[in-house]
Amino acid sequence: MSLFSKQRSVIPGFGLSFGFTMFYLSLIVLIPLSAVFIRTSGLSWGEFWNAAFNARELASYKVTFLSSFAAAGVNGIFGTILAWVLVRYPFPGRRVIDALVDLPFALPTAVAGISLTAIYSKNGWIGKWLDPEGVFFSVNQINLFGLKFEGIKVAYSALGIFVAMTFIGLPFVVRTLQPVIEELEPELEEAASTLGASRLQALYKVILPQLVPAVLTGFALAFARALGEYGSIVFISGNQPNKTEITPFRIITKLEESNAAGAAVPYATATAVAVVMLVASFVLLFLINLLQKWSRRHQEA
Amino acid sequence: MSPVATTITTPALAVDNRPRSHIHDPAWLRWTLISLALLFLLSFLLLPLAAVFAEALRNGIKAYFAAFEDSDALAAIRLTLITTAISVPANVVFGVAAAWAITKFDFRGKSFLITLIDLPFAVSPVIAGLIFVLVFGRHGWFGPGNMEHLFAPIAPGFKEFVSGYGLDWLLGPLAEWMNEPGMLPVLFATPGIVLATIFVSFPFVARELIPLMQAQGRDEELTAITLGANGWQTFWRVTLPNIKWGLFYGVILCNARAMGEFGAVSVVSGKIRGETNTLPLHVEILYNEYNSVGAFAIATLLAMLAIVTLIAKSFTEWKFAKK
Repeated sequence: MSLFSKQRSVIPGFGLSFGFTMFYLSLIVLIPLSAVFIRTSGLSWGEFWNAAFNARELASYKVTFLSSFAAAGVNGIFGTILAWVLVRYPFPGRRVIDALVDLPFALPTAVAGISLTAIYSKNGWIGKWLDPEGVFFSVNQINLFGLKFEGIKVAYSALGIFVAMTFIGLPFVVRTLQPVIEELEPELEEAASTLGASRLQALYKVILPQLVPAVLTGFALAFARALGEYGSIVFISGNQPNKTEITPFRIITKLEESNAAGAAVPYATATAVAVVMLVASFVLLFLINLLQKWSRRHQEA
Repeated sequence: MSPVATTITTPALAVDNRPRSHIHDPAWLRWTLISLALLFLLSFLLLPLAAVFAEALRNGIKAYFAAFEDSDALAAIRLTLITTAISVPANVVFGVAAAWAITKFDFRGKSFLITLIDLPFAVSPVIAGLIFVLVFGRHGWFGPGNMEHLFAPIAPGFKEFVSGYGLDWLLGPLAEWMNEPGMLPVLFATPGIVLATIFVSFPFVARELIPLMQAQGRDEELTAITLGANGWQTFWRVTLPNIKWGLFYGVILCNARAMGEFGAVSVVSGKIRGETNTLPLHVEILYNEYNSVGAFAIATLLAMLAIVTLIAKSFTEWKFAKK
């Protein structure tokens, strides 16, 4: 049997619904997306290498991947705590908090971007207590065991990129974990406590290991989302060359350059970087698929 | 099921919201974890939301409302509404068709198809914009400068066909329209913005309906067909009432993304004030012009959209839980 061939069914409408699905999918997603690879294939290997792996691009990969990794890590820890609290502990306002977790999905990224920038810049609610030029550190200095601390810059630095990525990644970890925590078998915990384990031991040795696959899945999802994120980051990052330019920002810059300069293969310097990003995303997608399979087996076992 | 979207949408529907308190954690542990979680949530989620309104009202209520008297702002609101009014229904039709094909029939390559439908979630919004530049841009496949070249093989036949109907007068303007840079109104115009928006909000409705319709099975449809209903009757009278809340849920998410999309749209829009600026792009322009109050005032509209989305989402989950 060939791909997409169907078995007999009494229900009508396969031709129409399947045909429309494939038509729309090809028109909107597959054909345009293939243009990235086709356009890049016009480059020689050396040209591709120069476009995608020069020093400035490498710097952007570094800051994008490292910030995404750190943000996904923080979300992995706090998202797990949040999911645990939301499922297990009744407290006033729990439903509102639960709804609020989805805010990063619902709030347009540009709004999140300017808002985070306002909060963390030197006059902002948090920035004024942290920034070296803020209201606190411009007059004070903290001396800790002989180490001078003169404040940290969050907005317009790599730390700002990390903050924005943490914001957008949080729901992935919480929403991946919640159903898994719901499904945990209480018998295991009860058995642990009957056998004399303290509650902390039970949490650490019985519950946590069961959550590992789901935490990793949430981590990978948050990481993948952070890699491609643009709107919430461009405002807070400051976009300094070789320092705080994220890769999606580089793609836009290179697209504008390659459009203006009359290059041999127009747009291709931008698509070369896009190919690197897409390959990274697809690899992650594949890993996430494997993780979820593992996670499901884990739950069933 | 496929990865990215499942987390965004399905679990919330499946989650049983009753807290389980059959195992008691010590109070100190409970309250430490609750405080940690709330502190994190407060500083990373609630603060940015509150800051939008605080910054917008920084110079008082009058300055806030003044931001909406700008004709460019109104044009941005209009364009956002038009874009959403086209892309959400388009994705609803697609979502229903895809879910029908995937859940009511057995065919090979089904899980591969589901992965393909999810693809837009794995692609950076900037790349989502880039691909439409590659197709419709000045040097793109269907770009203005490329059209003559692209249609060269069929041009003679087409000319003959057109003259056969006495429509020669059409050829001149048509050729001009296809070749003049900027005349093909896809990129830097509403069609490009709509295409980019459709791409980024593509999977929401399908992702919501597929697991739901899979869980409901095919028995009811089979019964309707056996009793003599045709396909459309079956869909409208049997399937649609069963999936209406899931559909509503998908539409809410799709709508929020369509109205708020920034990265993809900013690549294809050209950002012409009053013409190709959507609301998020208008926020960016005002912000970059150091009109902070104006930018945040427009941003409050989008923040309110987010709040309405969250409320509608909770409401739907509550409806589901009752069922």
